[in-house]
Amino acid sequence: MEHIRTPKVENVRLMDRTSSKKPALGTLYLTASHVIFVENVPETRKETWILHSEISSIEKQATTAGGCPLLIRCKNFQVLRLVVPQERDCQDVYISLLRLARPVKYEELFCFSFNPKLDKEEREQGWTLVDLREEYKRMGVPNSYWHLSDVNRDYRVCDSYPTDVYVPRSATAHIIMGSSKFRSRRRFPALSYYCKDTNASICRSSQPLSGFSARCLEDEQMLQAIRRANPGSDFMYVVDTRPKLNAMANRAAGKGYENEDNYANIKFQFIGIENIHVMRSSLQKMLEVCELRSPSMSDFLWGLENSGWLKHIKAILDAGVFIAKAVAEEGTSILVHCSDGWDRTAQVCSVASLLLDPYYRTLKGFMVLIEKDWISFGHKFHHRYGHLDGDPKEISPVIDQFLECVWQLTEQFPCAFEFNERFLVHMQHHIYSCQFGTFLCNNQKERRELRIQERTHSLWAHLWKNRADYLNPLFRADHSQARGTLRPPTSPCNFMYKFWSGMYNRFERGMQPRQSVTDYLMAVKEETQQLEEELQVLEETCAV
Amino acid sequence: MEFSELIRTGRAEALLLPGPGQSPVRGTLCITSHHLLLSAGHGSPSDLWLLLRNVDAVEKRAAGNSGTITLKCKDLNVLQLEIEGLEETLDIAGSIEALSSLESVTTSYPFFYRPQSLKLGDAEDLHPPDHFYQQVALETNGWRLSTVNRDFYVCASYPTALVVPRGIGDEVLARSARFRQGGRFPVLCYYHSINGTVMLRSSQPLQGANRRRCAEDEELLKAALAQGGGRGLVLDTRSAQAVKQARITGGGTEAKAAYPGWKRLHRPLERGRPLQDSFVRLVEACTDPSLSMDRWLSRLDGCRWLTHVKEALTTACLAAQGMDREGVCILVHGAEGTDATLLVTSLTQLILDPKCRTLRGFQSLLEREWIQAGHPFQQRCAHSAYAQGRPKHEAPIFLLFLDCVWQLSRQFPLSLEFGEGMLLALFEHAYASPFGTFLCNSEKERYLCEVKTKTHSLWSSLNQSKERKRLCNPIYSPNPLALWPSVEPQSLQLWAGLFLRWTRPPEPAQEAWEQLWKIVTEKEVADPL
Repeated sequence: MEHIRTPKVENVRLMDRTSSKKPALGTLYLTASHVIFVENVPETRKETWILHSEISSIEKQATTAGGCPLLIRCKNFQVLRLVVPQERDCQDVYISLLRLARPVKYEELFCFSFNPKLDKEEREQGWTLVDLREEYKRMGVPNSYWHLSDVNRDYRVCDSYPTDVYVPRSATAHIIMGSSKFRSRRRFPALSYYCKDTNASICRSSQPLSGFSARCLEDEQMLQAIRRANPGSDFMYVVDTRPKLNAMANRAAGKGYENEDNYANIKFQFIGIENIHVMRSSLQKMLEVCELRSPSMSDFLWGLENSGWLKHIKAILDAGVFIAKAVAEEGTSILVHCSDGWDRTAQVCSVASLLLDPYYRTLKGFMVLIEKDWISFGHKFHHRYGHLDGDPKEISPVIDQFLECVWQLTEQFPCAFEFNERFLVHMQHHIYSCQFGTFLCNNQKERRELRIQERTHSLWAHLWKNRADYLNPLFRADHSQARGTLRPPTSPCNFMYKFWSGMYNRFERGMQPRQSVTDYLMAVKEETQQLEEELQVLEETCAV
Repeated sequence: MEFSELIRTGRAEALLLPGPGQSPVRGTLCITSHHLLLSAGHGSPSDLWLLLRNVDAVEKRAAGNSGTITLKCKDLNVLQLEIEGLEETLDIAGSIEALSSLESVTTSYPFFYRPQSLKLGDAEDLHPPDHFYQQVALETNGWRLSTVNRDFYVCASYPTALVVPRGIGDEVLARSARFRQGGRFPVLCYYHSINGTVMLRSSQPLQGANRRRCAEDEELLKAALAQGGGRGLVLDTRSAQAVKQARITGGGTEAKAAYPGWKRLHRPLERGRPLQDSFVRLVEACTDPSLSMDRWLSRLDGCRWLTHVKEALTTACLAAQGMDREGVCILVHGAEGTDATLLVTSLTQLILDPKCRTLRGFQSLLEREWIQAGHPFQQRCAHSAYAQGRPKHEAPIFLLFLDCVWQLSRQFPLSLEFGEGMLLALFEHAYASPFGTFLCNSEKERYLCEVKTKTHSLWSSLNQSKERKRLCNPIYSPNPLALWPSVEPQSLQLWAGLFLRWTRPPEPAQEAWEQLWKIVTEKEVADPL
C-alpha cells in the first residue's frame, strides 16, 4: 500500500477509442491489486477492473485544456485512455502505477493474496487435477523402450527440467550426464510425446555445444538410443527450429547444431522460426496497427503484413505439421531443439502434439499439454511475460503465439476442439494476470522453492470448475475432425491465416461479431437436455 | 440455328481429375446442347453434370495422343478433363466454347428446363409488382402507384408500376424522366415506418455543361421531401470530380439552388471495369500456388476487393444512419442508377428493415431492388473471373452485394433467416442458371422474351422444403432492431466460402454446418411445442 500516492481520483473521463461516443465520467480507484474505474451513471455504475500485473505500459501525455491524459496499455491488449482533471493527481496516479505495475518480489503478486474462498483440501485437490505421470501413462509410457528416469532428482542434472524425465531405457545415467554436458544449460534430449500407433516419439532438448568441430560420444549415443526406441524406423529427424543463419552464428560461440556426419542415421533439418526479439517487435508492430484510428483497408493489410506476425504464426504451424507428419505417417522419431529449447521448441512440440493426438484438443487435454510442454519443461513464464520487474529484452509473446496457432486451427476445423475461443482468451489473460500460481516462476525448481502449491491456487482447477463457459458446442468426439491426426492443408493456404480480432481487438466490442453463435448453441443444448430430462421423468411416472 | 451444328464431337472417353477432397471420375463424356455430362456408369453418384453456360473459359493442351481440357467455371470451380484422342479433345473444346458463349436468350437452357416438381408460372404471384406499394399504403397515404411506364415507353429499364408522391401526376413523371439518364426518374424504394423517412433512387439528372434545370423534376423531389419530413440528402455514388466529368457529356447532379432542402454528399463507389479487374485479381490471388505468406496480405490489398466491400457497407450505413437517426430522406444515384445505386439502396434496407432479413423478404428485396429495378444481369454477369479478352459490360456488382450481406451475416449470425448456402446459390444462378429469374437486363426485355411464362422461377425452386437445410440459417432468431455492422478492417474478412470454395477442403465447414443443424433439430425433437 505504501506505493499508492492517491487511492481515489474523481471526475476522471474514460475515452472510447473507436466510436465517437461521449467519454464516460467516473471515479478512478487504486488498490493494492487493481486499478478500478467506476462510471458515475447511477443505474449501471459500470466498473472496469485492471490487475496491476496486466499493465504493460503507462504513458502520461501532455496536459490539455480538458485535463491530463493517461494511457494504460495492458498485456491482454486492453487500452485505457483516461483524462484526469488535475495534472497533480495524474502525476500521482502515474508514479503509483509505475511502481505497482512492476513488482520486484513474488510476494507482491496477486496470487499470494487472492482468496477464492476454497478450503485447504479443495485447493490441494486443484493442484492434482493435471497429473503428468498419468499423462505419460496415457501415451503408453513407461514401456519396454521408455522409462521414467530419476537422473534429475533434486534437479541434479538440469535445473530447468522437471524431476520426472522420460528417456529411452537404453540411455544410461552415464549417457544422460554426458549428453547434458554437451547441451546448452544441460537440457538433454527427453521425451515430449510418444505415439503408441507408430512407436515414433517427439523428444526435445537444447542446442548441442558443437562449435565448429566438437563431438560428444554420449550425446551421439543418446540420439542413437532414441532412434532405437523406435525399431520400425532406421533413421530419425533432428529438427533445429531456428533459421540456419542464426544456428550458424551460434557455432562461433561454441554452440550450434548436430553434424550429420557424427550422428548415425539422422536427417537434419532447419525450420526457420525467428527468435524472441523478432517476435516481440513483430507483436509491437501489429498492435500499432490495431490501434490505428479508422485505418483504411490498405493501412491495415499493409501494416499487418509488415509486422510479419501471421508469417511467424504460419512458420510455427508449418513446423508442427512437419513433425506430426513424420510421426504419424512416416513413423519416424524426431528430436526438436532451438537454442535453449524452451521457447520455439515448446511451441513446435505442443503444436505437433495437438495435431497428432485428439486428447489434447479436449478441455482437460489442453491443460495437460500446456503443463507438459510449457510448465514442466521450464518455459520461462516469469521472464517472458514480465511477472516481476526485469529485463525487457527477455519479454516475448511466445505462448501467445502458440495460443494463436491453436485458434487458427479451431477456425479451420470448427468441430475438432472441445473448447472455444473464450478458453484461449482467458488462458492468455491468466498467463499475465498472476492471479493463480500455475504460471509463476521460470521452472519447477523455482516453484518448489517458493512452495507455490501451498500458497496459491491452480488455474486449471478454476478453468475446470467453469468449464461450461468454455465448451465448443460444435465439438463432436466421434466426428472425423476430432479423431486422429489433424491435417491442415498446405500451400496454397495462406488465406487460412487470419487476423485474430477476438484477441487483439477484443476490448473493442464494436468490432466483434454482435451475436455469439457459441453462446446461442450452448443455450439450445442446455434447453434440449432439460427437456429430455423432463421427458424421462414423465415417462418414469407413467411407467409407475 | 441448330445446336447440333456446333457439336463437332458428341462423345469421348475422359477422366476428370480430382479437386481437393474428391476422387477422380473416369467415364464417357457427352456434350449436349446445354450440358456436359461425364458418366462413370449407370447412375453413378459421382456423375458430372455441368451447365455449359457455367463455363467461363476453356483451355486445351495436347500431349501425344490425348489432350487435357481445363474448364474454368463462372462459379469459380476449375475442372480438368483428360480426353482420349487429340482430335476429340480439340473438337470437344471447340464445341464447349461455341455452346457456352451463345448470346440468344430464348434458346438458352431455362427455356428448355422443365423440372417435374415445378409448374410454369407458379412463381407469378410470389412477388407481384404492387406488393411493395400495398405495404407502403398500409403506413402512409402520401404515395401512389403510377403506371406511367406501363408500356416501358417512359423508361426502358424500369418496371411497369412505380411508387411516387401522391400529388405528382403522370405527366410530371414523364417530364422528369426526360431529364434523367435512361428515363430513370426518382422513385420510392423504401419507406422507413419508424419515422416516416423515405429512400428514393434514380439516375443522374441531365444537367449538362450549361446546368440545365427541370421544373417537373424539382417538383417531384420537393413533393417527396414534403412526404418524408422536410430534409433530404442526395447520395451521389460518384466523386465530385466524376460528376464534373459527367457534366461535359450531358450528365450531372442536383444543383443545390434548384432543390431546396436537399443536401448533397459524394461517396465514390467502384463499378464497371475497375470492379471487374478487382474480382479477377482476387480470384487469381486465391488460386496462386506460388504466393508466400510474406506477400499474401499485400496481394489481398492490391486486389482492392475488401476495400470495395468496406466502402459499400460504409455508404449503406451512412444512408441508414441518415434515415434512422437523423430523420433525413435519401436519394441515391450515380450515373445510370442501375449498379452502385442498387447496391446502396438494397444494403440500406437490409440494415434497417427486419422484413428483408427473412428468406421470403430477401427474395422480395432482390426481386424489387435488383431484378425489377433493372440491374443489367445479362451484361454484368456475362462472364466471371476467368474469361479471356477485354470485358465489355461485365462487373460483379451483384457479387459485391452478396459479399456485403455475407459480412453482415458474420457480424450478426442470428439475424438473417438465410445462410451462406443461399448467397452461394444466388451467385451461381446470377452467372449461369437453369432458371429464368436472372435472365435479360430489364423487365422490358423479360417481357419481350416471355421469360415469365416460358421459364421457371428460381424462387419457386429455392422455396421447396428440401432446400431448407442448404439455404436456411438454423439459428435464425428475428431481430427487430437495425443491424449496424462494423466497417473497421479488423471486422471484415475475405469470404472464404465463396472465393476459396474450390481450393480448400470442404469437409470441415460442411461438418460444422451439419452439427449446427443437428443441435437445433435435437431441440425441436425434444420440444414438440
